[in-house]
Amino acid sequence: MTLGLEHYLILSALLFSIGLYGVLAKRNAVIILMCIELMLNAVNITLVAFSRYVVPALLTGQIFAIFVIVVAAAEVAVGLAIILAIYRGLEDIDVTKINLMKW
Amino acid sequence: MALTIAFWILAVVMILAALGVVLLRNVFRAALSLILCFLMVAGLYITLSADFLAAVQILIYVGAISVLIILAIMMTREVQRGSPPNRLQLPAFVVALLFLEVLVLTLINTPWQIASTPPLAPTTAAIATILFGEGGFILPVEIAAVLLLSAIIGAIVLAREK
Repeated sequence: MTLGLEHYLILSALLFSIGLYGVLAKRNAVIILMCIELMLNAVNITLVAFSRYVVPALLTGQIFAIFVIVVAAAEVAVGLAIILAIYRGLEDIDVTKINLMKW
Repeated sequence: MALTIAFWILAVVMILAALGVVLLRNVFRAALSLILCFLMVAGLYITLSADFLAAVQILIYVGAISVLIILAIMMTREVQRGSPPNRLQLPAFVVALLFLEVLVLTLINTPWQIASTPPLAPTTAAIATILFGEGGFILPVEIAAVLLLSAIIGAIVLAREK
């Protein structure tokens, strides 16, 4: 069985679904951030797979993957800073207990 | 053939590591599992002949983001209490499963237009030409620089002691 585009797409769909489950079902804010990273990685695999199999000479998917990595780095830095600020105020990072902005 | 074997090994280890991130009780072990998952993704990039992206993945994800996450885990002292699921565990599982099913059915039933040309072997020079060359992605590159600067400043402002 030769390796095709579908293999990579289904693999990244699996990875994205695992990340989605983690984001929806976890209490710990750091774990939720880690699961968001999983989902971003799944999207990157999809982009690179399309780049390899659909437009091998253009590399556009790889360029997009680079920009996704840049935004992910910025997102994780700001996200962890927010989590640390919340932890300093509330002594907890359980997202079911962080309801300061609920009215 | 060797590529196929490498793909299956990387895929299985990656999915197991991703499940470890979601299922392990110990937050620190979940972070280590996440790092393993990032490494396997870098290997997948190599099987897709994206050598530059594999290096970037290892430098940024395995090198920088994992250190940030472990630092946050150490500073929030949530390691012992673990990562318990919330009340939405079963609905979340159902949603993720339905999403996966829809995605896989769509992927299998779409006729993708596979190109027959072989991929570029060293991609670094080609990526540099596309990013910085004439009519390329130079404006997004500049915007990414501004985004990173604002993210750095925002993280410092948010995380510093009052």
